[in-house]
Amino acid sequence: MSVRETYSALGLSEAEYGRIVELLGREPNYLELSLFSVMWSEHCGYKNSRPLLRRFPNEGERVLQGPGENAGVVEVGDGWALAFKMESHNHPSAVEPYEGAATGVGGIIRDVLAMGARPVALLDSLRFGPLEGSPDAGRNRYLFREVVRGIGGYGNAVGVPTVGGEVEFAEAYSGNPLVNAMCVGLIRVEDLTRSAASGEGNLVVLLGSKTGRDGIHGATFASDELSEESESKRSNVQVGDPFAEKMAIECCLELLEKGLLVSLQDLGAAGITSSASEMAAKGGVGIEIDTGLVPRREGGMEAWEVMISESQERMLAVVEPEKAGEVLRLAGCYGIGGTVIGRVAGHGDLRVFHDGEQVGTVPAEHLADAPVYEREVVRPAYLDEIPDLDPGVLPEPEDYNEVLLKMLAHPNLCSRRSIYRQYDHEVGTNTVVAPGADAAVMRIKGTRRGFAVTTDGRGRHCYLDPRGGGAATVAEAYRNLSCVGAEPVAATDCLNFGSPEKREGYYQLAGCIEGMSEACEVFGTPVVSGNVSLYNETDRGAIYPTPTVGMVGVLEDVGRHATPAFKREGDVVVVIGSGSRVSLAGSDYAQIIHGQVAGRPPRPNLQAEKRTADLVREMVRSGLVDTAHDISGGGEIVAVAEMALAGGIGIEYTEGELERMTAGQGGGRADVALIGEESGTFIVAVPEERWDDLQEALVGFAYDQIGETGGDRLKIGDLVDVSLEELREVYERDLFE
Amino acid sequence: MGGGRVRIGVTVFPGSNCDRDALHAVERLGAVPVELWHADPDLKGVDAVIVPGGFSYGDYLRPGAIARFAKVMAPLEDFAFSGGPVLGVCNGFQVLTEAHLLPGALLRNISMRFVCDRVRVRVEATDTPWTAGCEAGEELALPVAHNEGNYFADPATLAELEDEGRVVLRYLENPNGSANDIAGVCNEGRNVVGIMPHPERVSDPALGSDEGLKILGSVLLGAGV
Amino acid sequence: MKVRVLVRPKEGILDPQGEAVKSALPALGFEGVNAVHVGRLVELDVESADEVDAMCRRLLANPTIEEYEWEVVG
Repeated sequence: MSVRETYSALGLSEAEYGRIVELLGREPNYLELSLFSVMWSEHCGYKNSRPLLRRFPNEGERVLQGPGENAGVVEVGDGWALAFKMESHNHPSAVEPYEGAATGVGGIIRDVLAMGARPVALLDSLRFGPLEGSPDAGRNRYLFREVVRGIGGYGNAVGVPTVGGEVEFAEAYSGNPLVNAMCVGLIRVEDLTRSAASGEGNLVVLLGSKTGRDGIHGATFASDELSEESESKRSNVQVGDPFAEKMAIECCLELLEKGLLVSLQDLGAAGITSSASEMAAKGGVGIEIDTGLVPRREGGMEAWEVMISESQERMLAVVEPEKAGEVLRLAGCYGIGGTVIGRVAGHGDLRVFHDGEQVGTVPAEHLADAPVYEREVVRPAYLDEIPDLDPGVLPEPEDYNEVLLKMLAHPNLCSRRSIYRQYDHEVGTNTVVAPGADAAVMRIKGTRRGFAVTTDGRGRHCYLDPRGGGAATVAEAYRNLSCVGAEPVAATDCLNFGSPEKREGYYQLAGCIEGMSEACEVFGTPVVSGNVSLYNETDRGAIYPTPTVGMVGVLEDVGRHATPAFKREGDVVVVIGSGSRVSLAGSDYAQIIHGQVAGRPPRPNLQAEKRTADLVREMVRSGLVDTAHDISGGGEIVAVAEMALAGGIGIEYTEGELERMTAGQGGGRADVALIGEESGTFIVAVPEERWDDLQEALVGFAYDQIGETGGDRLKIGDLVDVSLEELREVYERDLFE
Repeated sequence: MGGGRVRIGVTVFPGSNCDRDALHAVERLGAVPVELWHADPDLKGVDAVIVPGGFSYGDYLRPGAIARFAKVMAPLEDFAFSGGPVLGVCNGFQVLTEAHLLPGALLRNISMRFVCDRVRVRVEATDTPWTAGCEAGEELALPVAHNEGNYFADPATLAELEDEGRVVLRYLENPNGSANDIAGVCNEGRNVVGIMPHPERVSDPALGSDEGLKILGSVLLGAGV
Repeated sequence: MKVRVLVRPKEGILDPQGEAVKSALPALGFEGVNAVHVGRLVELDVESADEVDAMCRRLLANPTIEEYEWEVVG
């Protein structure tokens, strides 16, 4: 193989190779080239996205750790902090969905563990091609079923509850599913651990499973477009062992509690190479690794294979020499491997030895310093070709009952129960509000406090308007946390996009980041961690640009929370708005009923939206409101149906309300008024005796009393009259049948 | 059982993941939680033992198959044979059947899917140390979370369990295909009980329900506390 | 020596894995599948085969629900 063929096969460009030669002052050998290839991949090096990522706000009062560590950390009070991060495992899941999803969960848990936190909650944002009516429906169903099984298989066994998430189906994801896993960990502020190596002469200890050839070049694989060839790259995919992970969690937490570790880092993409060079670069020191000391699962592995293997369930720790014996003894107690594989050195290089003989050396800072490609942001033509969606072109439905039933039966709007029933969402006995509400609410044992967490994504919206969609994604997360009564404090994200080398992909990435950043600034929710997944394309094109946002919020009194379920008969039901226009553009209704993905959804008015969300939260916190929900996909009618179904109590709209809505926000059309979508709108319900208090709280806000709870039907004027039983029949469908 | 507070042991196998939840629930009962490490063949003088849920040894081979040979199991078996109250929850139930302290076995759910849900069960037997605080025929809503909860026993054993009133809990809505809707059984001596539902998960009003304390707290009645 | 142990559900025991595979095969175009049972294969490398049967009874199979057979394969 020529030099050119070698670096090309490793995914490096000619210019990148030239830069490596320049940095080293000599030609690299194969091992050194491998180290660069994995560290300079998009997955590890962010070479296409770094200039854009700088746009994200990442500072705030509560932020203890922003981007750059294994996970972001925010303070929640009473001496507690939350470490959290979201990460994609899209490409591995496309090839081997069960293990791809399972190892995605395992990887994100280790990121949180590396901060010293006990993992306490998992969530997953998923995207697949349609389950029906697509040429790929069979494959899509298989991917969906196996991804869900993989998430459950790993999370359930490792003992971390899966408390939330979201899923959507669209043709743009056929062949390129998205699997984004988020983990939240709980830690005492003073116990926060970081990954920087320090102390010349300290030992580098590998904890956990043995090393095999799993996922060799997985990091570069994750940064390639999916092709027929990658379908056959099955050896790239790692196999997860949740049992080993459970043992690694308990072992690492005990090692940290006993003060036995200097620093800790998980092994993810690019394995020892990535972990060791990051630990060295952050600490401004060097690390020497002897690959001959690394316990291996298979014979004949070469040094470079050991260095970049992505075998799962491994952690790397720096340990003072006099404490190493105790570290290894405890690892033995937990039945996981513990081996000294190297030492911290003063020279600043990542040096690799094999049985004592040096086989490669590279300055760690160069590995951590991937080249940056700044591209021109050029508006792609498609955005100007998207037709406007004038409601006039869509025929108004004749039978609204039928429309509602069809919407609620659609995989994008129906109940997620058949999914989360396969996830243990209660292990740990902290889950106060289980999946099915706007956000999960978790308690913090030993305090009155709790936290809420949600993940959200709006791919179709981002496709139609990247900047508006980016903002709307963050706004949705902010609303969801506010609905349960939590004060949103910070966010993490997964940026799932197509190729940045194409005009569309780069523009979408830049636009979404701009919109997300604007929203995060207004909301005061800095982005403290995240991950980028580019090249999500198949030969049929790119996915919808799909940034997913995970947001956490704090509840001072976890007992004061709200859920969407109607709780009593006779409650007054009120819609509270932010003045957003109601529109069919990009709506679920336009897509599900009329087969249209068109128009530009109204951009959220961020200031007004924040003001309204903050009001709803205050009403929950003060105990005035225990029933709240935001209006999202499917508009008001779907939101109301969800509240009725969750509580098993019906609702009847006030006489004349339908006509008022139709003439008002509907612009003369009942479908726009009832099923159109808007940003920043909430529905709350209170008992009659609190109606005066509610009105007082609502002074200065736009609100509308729409009806009263009761009975077992959903009745809206003379347009909608359907029993909860009929609605439940379609809504509670099993997505796996 | 002496004059002090009741001591309830919770076994911890590699891969147990409801051990901390069970210890927390014991604390809420006002009893003394005692961790029983799998490699330590010592019950530390506890008055009762809970074998908690989880995936002991990764559920590899069969759920419970490897845990039953852990060192802590020898004194636990002696304790059970001498009439000590033992409760197996979920994976703990699987461990107790593998150890032949309880009859039958737990097969894969008939749906082939993991199931995490609240299910209604009826208390069928109150003459065990773990249900004495319940009323006969009482209905409880308890969480289940398992992949292998489908109770199986041969027809003769099933008949024996029914005749002797050894079906302790019965599902009102069967989530896994269990024979005779069985959610929990006891041994002949009635001191060893295995159940699939997780009472420790509903032992705190902060989480919406503390119905599980009726089961866990029953053992305190026998202790005269 | 190498020993291969085959563990499978006892006859008459509900075998949901087998049922799932059985219903999946026709969906892939494989017709005429009358029954499927899914078991477990355990490969041992042992000094002597004397205790293999005891290993099966005590750990590798659960006699309540499973039956086993084993052979020396080299």
